Formats: sequence, structure tokens, C-alpha cells
Amino acid sequence: MAGETIKTVILDNSGIRRALTRISHELLEKNKGLSDVVLVGIQSGGAYLAREISLCMEIIEGERVPVGSIDITLYRDDFKQQAPHKSVGKTDISFSLEGKRVVLVDDVLFTGRTIRAALDALMDHGRPCCIQLAVLIDRGHRELPIRADFVGRNVPTSLKENVEVIFDDQQQPVEVVLEK
Amino acid sequence: MEFKHKDIIALRDLGKEEIELLISTAENMREVNSRDIKKVPTLRGKTIINLFYESSTRTRTSFEIAGKRLSADTVNIAPSNSSATKGETLADTAMNLLAMKPDIIVMRHAVSGSHYFLSKKVGCSIINAGDGAHEHPSQGLLDMLTIKDKFGRLDGLKVAMVGDITHSRVARSDIQGLTKMGSSIYLAGPPTMMPPGVERLGNVTVCNTMKEAIQDADVVIMLRIQQERQGKTLMPNTREYSRYFGLNPENVKWAKPDAMVMHPGPINRGVEMSSYVVDGNQSHILKQVENGVAVRMSMLYHVCGGGNVE
Repeated sequence: MAGETIKTVILDNSGIRRALTRISHELLEKNKGLSDVVLVGIQSGGAYLAREISLCMEIIEGERVPVGSIDITLYRDDFKQQAPHKSVGKTDISFSLEGKRVVLVDDVLFTGRTIRAALDALMDHGRPCCIQLAVLIDRGHRELPIRADFVGRNVPTSLKENVEVIFDDQQQPVEVVLEK
Repeated sequence: MEFKHKDIIALRDLGKEEIELLISTAENMREVNSRDIKKVPTLRGKTIINLFYESSTRTRTSFEIAGKRLSADTVNIAPSNSSATKGETLADTAMNLLAMKPDIIVMRHAVSGSHYFLSKKVGCSIINAGDGAHEHPSQGLLDMLTIKDKFGRLDGLKVAMVGDITHSRVARSDIQGLTKMGSSIYLAGPPTMMPPGVERLGNVTVCNTMKEAIQDADVVIMLRIQQERQGKTLMPNTREYSRYFGLNPENVKWAKPDAMVMHPGPINRGVEMSSYVVDGNQSHILKQVENGVAVRMSMLYHVCGGGNVE
């Protein structure tokens, strides 16, 4: 069995739903409602989750918040001459961020470098009132001074392991798996 | 899909998937151009030299803006103030520029194939901004992006190209790119300006009349009469040319009703195109220029990542 990856489901579909519902409640509590709140998901997993969170919040408060998505490829810090550049994904923020309470959404928080890039990208779109971070999974191993405001589940991992949020064809979260 | 070329010299050298990658990256680069802060830090610290041995407004400016929007440092060199006027060879100029450690040289040169020569001499990336009558890949890519914007696809389209095919590097890049993506090309022009054997480039049909080429076309690309490149023997005069091969509000109706009209610029108004068509609602000429910046950002971005990968 050596060399074979072992996959363990650490959060199933209903677990993800409960986590997203709780994050939505916490988010509303912290921001005292929906006013000036906008969600921006990091492509691609975070963008799908941002939409799910906005639907949860709509059920709770009966109102919709603007949802955008951001691609951080152009802001990465690991451009190497050796590696061919990835294709650039779509950034779609059709509303102004000026003075808004921006909630950045990502699926897995790991080194924090993606979030650093996303913060830079957001700043280029305007000057928000504040930026908060919501993630479904926090797996530790931060390399930058970044923490999440809202966490679905803390999962202690080793660096050899990999955590992945699986989405179906309709971009709905299915489960979270730990590979080792 | 990954882009593994150090240089972009001709669309002939690229596969269909590589062309698709360059176009899809360009589509997403447009978002940067629509912001208040039109700059991303991607190519910070890279130096790009724009070496233009032939005159250019659109292409040079577009490459310069593209480099600057990606945070690269861009330097322009024009022939009138370079050592070429003092007799320096291309190879010597290149070696001297190389000593200043650029990452990309964007060059336009009157000699076809000069970029291949340069690419063997230098280690940095080379992007072709037009070489003689060979290719003009950035124009080919931006034409494909502009067509894809309208139709959502490139395969199965009838694309007519009218004018001086022999001297047109735009025509060659368009033919190379569009035929790879599945479009059919119909060419028309005076026989003196039609290169023999052009059908061998792929799905290309040479038509005897302009009507045959334009009939039911989805796209009509008009080419400029390159008076600086041709002698006086290729056509009697511009008025006669205009009568047989100029696009006007009457003959544009031969194409499909929603056909798009394009031109790589600069336009000789009243010669290859009447002003009514240039400024008409089927014209996508300014859209082409707008897409040019995004396409060139995509090219600069991908050659920077493709360096050192062999």
C-alpha cells in the first residue's frame, strides 16, 4: 500500500451546511446586520462558498448582499522563471468596495499567502471600510501574520497532508477530504 | 494547459490549445483595464525593450501600456534615435541591449524572419510585433479575441479578407490563427497582390471577385493598401482599386446582416473602406484596439512564465 494516498472525509455535506449557516450567523452578529456588507470569494472554491453564504444570509435576514469573485493569479508571490504561468481566472466585482465591509471568503486557509495576494488585489479595487476573512477550513501552518475571523472547522494537519473541498458540477460543496 | 514557449514569433509555431490559452488569459486581463487602478504587480522588476525598426503608433503604444499595466519597466527604442542609423547591425544592437539585461524584447523589423535570427542570439524572450511580410501575431490574437467576443466561438465562421494579401503580415497571422481554430478563410484582392500557393496554409479559398469572398461572411477583414511596401506596378491607381476592392455601404450588404467589419489600421479612408463603413455600426475597429492591450498583456505574462522551460 506504500505510496497510495488515503482519503478521509472530515466534513460531509450536512457538516458543511451547518458550518456555513453558523458562519453566516456570526457574520451578521459581528457586522450588526447586512448594511454595507459585501462578499468576495477567491476563485474558484471561495467564490462558490461566498455564494452559498449569501444564500444562508438571505434566509436569515430576508435580504441579499452583493457577491463578487476575485482571481489572485496576477498578485501571487511565487512567480518563478522555472514554472509556466497559469492561466488567469476571472475577477468579477461589479460593485464599488469604497467604504464597504468586505468579507473575503476562501475554502482552505493554509500558508496565508493567497490571502495576502487577495488583500492586495482588493485594495486595487478601492478602499473598503474593513476586510474580514471567512474560511471553511483552517489547516494551520501560517507563513504570514494572517488569521480568519470566521472559521468553519479547524483541522490540525501535517505538511504532508492535503485538504481539499470537493464541489459538484453545479458548484455546490459536497465534502471536505483529507489526503495523506 | 501551460504555455512553454520562450518567444512568440509566429502563430504558425503555436498549437490550438496554446492560442486558446493566450486568448482566455487576455479575456480575463480586460478586467484590469476597466478598473480605476489599472495596474497589477505581476511583472514587477521585469524590463521590456520595445525595439521598433518600423514606424508604429498602435502596436508600440499598446505593448508599452500592456507592460506598464503589468508593472514591468518598458523602454522604447525607435530607429531614428538608435545606432541603426549609424550602421550598427541587428545582431550588435541586440547584444548591446542584452548587456542591459532585459527580460523581453518586443521587436518590429522590416525583414521577415529576423526574430528567429535574434532568438538564436539572445537568451531573453522575443515577441514579434511585425516582421516584414511574415507575421504579426499580436494582431492575429486580438482579431480572434474580437471575433470570439461577438460570436462566442471561432469554429465554423466564414471570414473574408480583402486587399493586399501579399504584403500583409496581418493576413498571414490571421490565416494561421483562424484556420487552426476552425474558421474558413476567403481571400480577395487584385491578382498582383495575391501570393501564389496561399491555399496551402490551410482552409483558405482564393476568390476571383470581392463579392465571392464577402457573400454570407460572418466577418469581413479589410487590409490596408501598403503603399510604402509596393511599387507602382501593382495597381493602376487607388480610385480603381477602391471601385473593385473597397468596402462601402452597398457591398457590405453581401455579407450576413450581423457580420462584423474589421481593419488592422491605419485606415486609408476612401480607399479600402468608405468612411460610412469605418464609422458604421458593423465596425469593430476600435474594439480591436481595445482588445489589443489585453492580448499583449497576456503575451507578456505567458512568455515570462515560459522562459527557461525547454
